[in-house]
Amino acid sequence: MTKMTMIQALRSAMDVMLERDPDVVVFGEDVGYFGGVFRCTDGLQAKYGASRVFDAPITESGIVGAGVGMAAYGLRPVVEVQFADYVYPALDQIMSEAARLRYRSAGDFTAPMVIRMPCGGGIYGGQTHSQSPEALFTHTCGIRTVMPSNPYDAKGLLIAAIENNDPVVFLEPKRLYNGPFDGHHEKPVVPWSKHALGEVPEGHYTVPLESARIARPGQDVTVIAYGTMVFVAETAAAETGVDAEIIDLRSLWPMDLPTVVQSVQKTRRCVIVHEATRTSGFGAELLALVQEHCFYHLEAPIVRVTGWDIPYPHAQEWSYFPGPTRVGEALREVMEA
Amino acid sequence: MVTPKRPRSGPGTGKLRLHVPEPSARPGQQTDFSYLKLSRAGEIPRPPVDCVYEDTIALKNGLIRVLDDAHQAQGPWDPKAGDEALRNGLRLMMLTRAFDARMVIAQRQKKTSFYMQSLGEEAIGVGQALSLEHDDMCFPSYRQQNILLARGYSLAQMMNQIYSNTADPLKGRQLPVLYSSKEYGFFTISGNLGTQYVQAVGWAMASAIKQDSRIASAWIGDGATAEADFYTALVFAQVYRAPVILNVINNQWAISTFQAIAGGTTATFAARGVGMGIASLRVDGNDYLAVLAASRWAAERARNNHGPTLIEWVSYRAGPHSTSDDPSKYRPADDWQRFPLGDPIERLRRHLTLRGAWSDAEHANTQADLEAQIIAAQKEAEKNGTLISGPQRTAADMFDDVFEQMPAHLVAQRQQLGV
Repeated sequence: MTKMTMIQALRSAMDVMLERDPDVVVFGEDVGYFGGVFRCTDGLQAKYGASRVFDAPITESGIVGAGVGMAAYGLRPVVEVQFADYVYPALDQIMSEAARLRYRSAGDFTAPMVIRMPCGGGIYGGQTHSQSPEALFTHTCGIRTVMPSNPYDAKGLLIAAIENNDPVVFLEPKRLYNGPFDGHHEKPVVPWSKHALGEVPEGHYTVPLESARIARPGQDVTVIAYGTMVFVAETAAAETGVDAEIIDLRSLWPMDLPTVVQSVQKTRRCVIVHEATRTSGFGAELLALVQEHCFYHLEAPIVRVTGWDIPYPHAQEWSYFPGPTRVGEALREVMEA
Repeated sequence: MVTPKRPRSGPGTGKLRLHVPEPSARPGQQTDFSYLKLSRAGEIPRPPVDCVYEDTIALKNGLIRVLDDAHQAQGPWDPKAGDEALRNGLRLMMLTRAFDARMVIAQRQKKTSFYMQSLGEEAIGVGQALSLEHDDMCFPSYRQQNILLARGYSLAQMMNQIYSNTADPLKGRQLPVLYSSKEYGFFTISGNLGTQYVQAVGWAMASAIKQDSRIASAWIGDGATAEADFYTALVFAQVYRAPVILNVINNQWAISTFQAIAGGTTATFAARGVGMGIASLRVDGNDYLAVLAASRWAAERARNNHGPTLIEWVSYRAGPHSTSDDPSKYRPADDWQRFPLGDPIERLRRHLTLRGAWSDAEHANTQADLEAQIIAAQKEAEKNGTLISGPQRTAADMFDDVFEQMPAHLVAQRQQLGV
């Protein structure tokens, strides 16, 4: 075990897979020589050469489209979109092509590729460095959407994603790159080296897709969260004293529904938390699933705590970001219902 | 405090006008084809295959042609193809046209919902397919059925796809003509235009990464060059010197839209290639000998690490865009008869006849033979069903292949449907 930040864990996952599988290639904007604007690919080009790890022109549809072609050839591309906010030019290649290659060719051609993209707010990123576009991908048939919340899961999930034969959108909460963050922006940031989940095996291991993690066992209410919101929910539970069972989904879709259903049927209450905007966000799907599967067990209406239905603002960062106060209010609300 | 308005001054302060290009003729009129930048057969020089893109800049407004008006081969691009190679090409072009004609009838008989002909464009895909190795991967649009035919794909299997019947290799999931065959080097066709162009470049990059010897052949129409993925593909192809042939079939029309709306009249599509630093050719797409010569040149170039080639094939979409289209609503009815580059089948037929390698009798026999093959294949395919008579693929096939392993939510949905 080694202490790793999420950045180091992600880099380690790519390092392990570049070493193990000669078909793995890594590319994107500034990914090669420079090692990525977030350092996630630092040193990989020097180690594996420019034909395995290389810089790409600034064209997201080109990066993903070329990746689809490489995957159709038989490679396993791990491509990077610099910010999730910039994935939109690539949506045609992701939704119309990568997602449907296997289906429309009846398995003749496949797209075993990973599309990495830093996502999420809480960093004064403003409108185009803070978005959480996961609902676009969970709504797309044929795509797997994954989001880790800590270094251990980040490495294990990324290796699992690279080894998986379906296209995977791999969302990385950049607020968690260097340390866990619970929404208390006024407090100093704690590095991953001080956190148990910063202990990461150096070699190969996987965290299975479609498996959720119980981040905090509890009896009173189930909180469904992922990414940065896992830590926000943990802090909200501690601050309110509500014995919340916090589920870190890890794989957004397809997801680990049994873990969620089992938890809600036990606690009989449910709060859903995400940074993304509310309307038609992924939380709506989670709410619908819980309602469908746990209706007769529920003691209170399901509550969603999400970003507001507005573009992500700059100066109003902490009024937008669903922090521990808002999540705590939701926990009290469902307990009082 | 109100800022006073300053009067505008200087030249050119009149009213602006939006320019919207129009074809020279609409129904009932005659197209002025002088907008096509034509060259005489044999006139355009043939640079060495290891040339740099600058050596092709002068070619961007010319037109590589081998067959002259008297149907003789001329100039440095004469591929010196043997009689049998040309006869094979002619047969495959005739097969494509006969297949199309038969499938249009099948669509009118409601045996299928939809069909797209390639009437008038038969030379291009056939000539290129026969200039490639069998395992070079083609990334076609929906009008390169001749590549599958040239590679010997089963006629009945194509019809099974068109009919979405029980033997449809794509399990009834795709619209007719959106074929897929990895085995025959024919990439799965998407309804989304242009996407395959950059995928072809990625495939070619992968081949280079693996130090393979296979190359990619990318296909796009004049209209779809306006899609962003066209330019994206050119950037990637140039930057990484990808072993790819970037084919643009300029058939003058994108459904009802004349190619000037795609920007093709002011500057040729070949000019976009050289503008991006890619060796580019502009070729008579209805001249089978020129198709062979240019395709061989580009393939040799790619295979020897000299990089990508863009080829604008100048042709004419002789038929309707699809079985859902009526061209008489937007262009003259006799346009193809007046198109200066003629009919690719007739031109090769006349050339071979002059060489003593073909005759009217052989032409008629070949035509009859091909039609018999197609009818036999059609009977075989119709045993597996058609859209009107069934049987069709069952709903149970519908949930497979979304993912490699069927996830729980799709298992549940399939059970809900009871299949």
